[in-house]
Amino acid sequence: MTRIHVAITAEPLESHLSSEGQDGRSGAEVRFSGRVRDESGRVRALFLEHYPGMTERALRRIGEHAQQRWALNAIEMIHRVGEIQVGEEIVRVVVWAGHRHAAFEACAFLMDVLKSQVPLWKKELSDDGWHWVEARERDAEAAARWMAPASERAR
Amino acid sequence: MIEVVFFAALRERVGEDSLRVTPPETVTTVAALCDWLADQYPAVGRALEATPRRMVAINEALAEPDSAVADGDTVALFPPVTGG
Repeated sequence: MTRIHVAITAEPLESHLSSEGQDGRSGAEVRFSGRVRDESGRVRALFLEHYPGMTERALRRIGEHAQQRWALNAIEMIHRVGEIQVGEEIVRVVVWAGHRHAAFEACAFLMDVLKSQVPLWKKELSDDGWHWVEARERDAEAAARWMAPASERAR
Repeated sequence: MIEVVFFAALRERVGEDSLRVTPPETVTTVAALCDWLADQYPAVGRALEATPRRMVAINEALAEPDSAVADGDTVALFPPVTGG
């Protein structure tokens, strides 16, 4: 049984603490934090928009996919929305598992799929105002590498 | 009635968060709904044209242009996602 926690919040993620991982079952905890880059001083802040309801459901769904694919004890996915300053955390994905390989792989999978399938949109603030960020082809490719043919997955 | 909701750049280009529409029965797919909306609402037509790469969700699940739409559905149209 994998516990899946998902949250969308307008509050800083730094204050968010989890009590997972202390029951003696998880030998591995892999945590990814995405933070706001300043792109060499060009970007001053980000604004994140989401689709209330669907965003949370989509996060839970990709968590369920990870749970089917790897032996995991718990997953936490938190995404910040609203205005976010340079250096602050935008997203946090934490995976707890008995062993490290499952935790590393599942964490990478969750981030790749989150970036191409979960309804969230970034706007950047630079010197000339706010601009929507265009999706990058390499993010779609990163997600696609997990979608091996079913015959290969079954092995 | 179908509720059409817009997000991000597409929402700003349309100038509305959502529309409640009742297309004719011949409109049975997402692609046909987009064509019909563009015809009926010039602002939507211009916004769709300005946003050629799009994603769609029906009742909060990702869908494709040829996915079926029916009365009572919520259809969300948005640019490719950029979270994380």
